[in-house]
Amino acid sequence: MTVTDVRKDPTALTMEIVSEFSAPIDRVWQLLADPRQLERWWGPPTHPATFTDFDLTPNGAVAYFMTGPDGEQYHGWWRVRAVEAPNLLEVQDGFADDEGEPNPDLPVNVMRIDLASEGSTTRMTIRSTFPTLDAMEQTLSMGAEEGMLAALGQIDAILAE
Amino acid sequence: MVVCTLTDEEVDRLFRALADRTRRDIVRGTMLDDASVSALARSYDMSFAAVQKHVAVLERAELVVKRRSGREQLVRCNVDTVRRAQQLLDQLESIWRDRLDRFEQLLAEDRTTTTPLETENPTP
Repeated sequence: MTVTDVRKDPTALTMEIVSEFSAPIDRVWQLLADPRQLERWWGPPTHPATFTDFDLTPNGAVAYFMTGPDGEQYHGWWRVRAVEAPNLLEVQDGFADDEGEPNPDLPVNVMRIDLASEGSTTRMTIRSTFPTLDAMEQTLSMGAEEGMLAALGQIDAILAE
Repeated sequence: MVVCTLTDEEVDRLFRALADRTRRDIVRGTMLDDASVSALARSYDMSFAAVQKHVAVLERAELVVKRRSGREQLVRCNVDTVRRAQQLLDQLESIWRDRLDRFEQLLAEDRTTTTPLETENPTP
């Protein structure tokens, strides 16, 4: 496991997860900034993600959908708040309707990713913040529907054997 | 699934409630025990009115509850709200750990000369 630290602040509705990778910072940045590479880790194997719009510039729009086992699609969007290759990416992440249009009635969270070079390794800090408890609950319940937690279920099943 | 429609106003309210260090400190400090507004004012070296204002912001965000005891106003962290948040953060952590596992796997593929294509049984 590459995760070195997890900080969760329930009063600030914030989670910070720090991980380290033995790869140069430019390579790690590629996994964030190249949509074809991002698709390989953003969604779980049961619900792979496809990025259709990918404008990683300040205020740029990103659109994606995740495809479930029965072919059902779940659409999401990002709005880029800050981007400084290869060190920083901050986006708003929300839900979209079936046509990929952002749904203003559904909650939005902010994801900030910081990368720092440390010798031959790269440290990545991901910070996820929600505006309200209800927003966090709703985002995660919809995330569960999208199979985000599917892998967790698999681990539980293995441990139970 | 409970559908909530948050107005911009509500979002602003929560951001404001949590943006302040003193307010976050009040939430943490009242998790185990009630604290009176006057005691909080003393410990933060603030006026009663200033603390009262912070508490009102937290109350609106349902992060603390206030009750009256004689002449004192007692503030207590709303543990249910915080616990619910904690459980949700645990779920979020799982999602990210899974993502980071896949992330690491992609980087590991760089290090092998032949890139295995999504094999069912990756070689150890």
